[in-house]
Amino acid sequence: MFRDAWLIAGKDLRIEMRARVGINQIVPFAVTVLVLFAFALDTDQEALRTYAPGLFWVTVLLASLLAIGRSFAVDLADGASDRLLLSGIDPIAVFGGKAAAIAIQLVVLEVLLAAGVVLLFDVTVHRYGLLVCAGLAAAAGVAAAGTLYGALVAGLGVRETLLPMLLLPVVAPVLVGATRAFQDAFGVAGAEGWAWLGLLAGFAAIYGVFGALSYGALLEEA
Amino acid sequence: MSTVVAATTSSKATRVLGWLTLAGFALLVALAFAWVPEDTRITEQGDVVGQFDAVRLMFVHVPSAILAYTGFGLTFLASLAYLRWRTDWWDMMAHASAEIGVVFGVLTLVTGSIWGRPTWQTWWEWGDVRLVTTLVMVLVFVGYLAVRRIPADTAVRARRSVVIALVGAVNIVIVNRSVDWWENRTLHQQSTLIARKIRDETLFTLSFSFAVGMALFAWLLLHRFRLAYLESQIEQLEVDEAMEERRAEADLLDDSEEQP
Repeated sequence: MFRDAWLIAGKDLRIEMRARVGINQIVPFAVTVLVLFAFALDTDQEALRTYAPGLFWVTVLLASLLAIGRSFAVDLADGASDRLLLSGIDPIAVFGGKAAAIAIQLVVLEVLLAAGVVLLFDVTVHRYGLLVCAGLAAAAGVAAAGTLYGALVAGLGVRETLLPMLLLPVVAPVLVGATRAFQDAFGVAGAEGWAWLGLLAGFAAIYGVFGALSYGALLEEA
Repeated sequence: MSTVVAATTSSKATRVLGWLTLAGFALLVALAFAWVPEDTRITEQGDVVGQFDAVRLMFVHVPSAILAYTGFGLTFLASLAYLRWRTDWWDMMAHASAEIGVVFGVLTLVTGSIWGRPTWQTWWEWGDVRLVTTLVMVLVFVGYLAVRRIPADTAVRARRSVVIALVGAVNIVIVNRSVDWWENRTLHQQSTLIARKIRDETLFTLSFSFAVGMALFAWLLLHRFRLAYLESQIEQLEVDEAMEERRAEADLLDDSEEQP
């Protein structure tokens, strides 16, 4: 099953490597959002440094909507999803593979954005371990919930508008937890960063299990 | 052919229930404004504090909150029941209760906000767990209703709705915990009912408002459920009609082919 999941993830990532939609469109979009935040906060360096964790994660969530939508648009084109069904790969593996591919893309995006935040918003990292762990756990959580909801709206006529309104309230705890963990890692506020990491890991675990279990029912009808 | 049903959502029982609810609501308004005294308390320093006239909003706010959670809870249970028995009945029940839950959820937020302005000196308090949880919950179920409105095969829509309802219910718990951790404080008073720090008139009226609220909930649910049933009947009739037409066309074709 892990091999199948890896196959699916490899397929999605290979398409991504060749099409370069992520690098050419999603990353520039995310950086643009960061710049807009700087404009909105009136180029106040102190405010930017204080709110950098929150702004970072809002940007990641917005960009994740594009990455998730893209992941399912690829499958819907040319009836690829039908062939995926016919291949007889376990839905759990399909879920795992798609979620892993999205998570890896999100991690790449986070690395680039973190560099952007450090350069543009003038923050310094105090705890690298916490930063890395929180980034990974949040990416896993968003990817798991996003894959579940992406499959849910796939094949519906209005999926572009439906995905944000369904997914964003659900990932609100990730925003809260990841922002707190990053505040601790950046040293801008006294938060129990490692405790918040527990919330992020729990979120990823719950949606990972839930998504894997319900994915079969969602795939069959898409 | 499907059976023809009466094109109405009311019955003798719902009419009686409706009039009772209306009479109960009139009595509730009278009690809340004429009988319950305004909420004041004199502190040890001799200051007069309390909710004053705003306490009367509680008779809408508290039952609304309970009905919203009842509605969402019922959606959750009906969704589980749908998974088990796969009948349209449970699907319609989940839809009807979610819609009513959203209505009361919005009412809870609006009345709470209006009440909070004179009492807490703020329309909205981000640190309050119950406030933020309720808002996210309403948003999740607004999304649920959006999915329900998409034209799709009944079974497809039902199954996707089940997933959203179950995830939504789980999410409420996570949001509640995370916000609790986030600020770890609430402006909501704890257990005033149990501590008996509440006046008898207020307590009676509050209990009465629960009864009126439950009657209203039942009345709305019955009508909304029957409406969903009638909608499904209309869809079935349209399908039957379309099939009849196609058959007639086919018969016509057969006739024309038989001619030399």
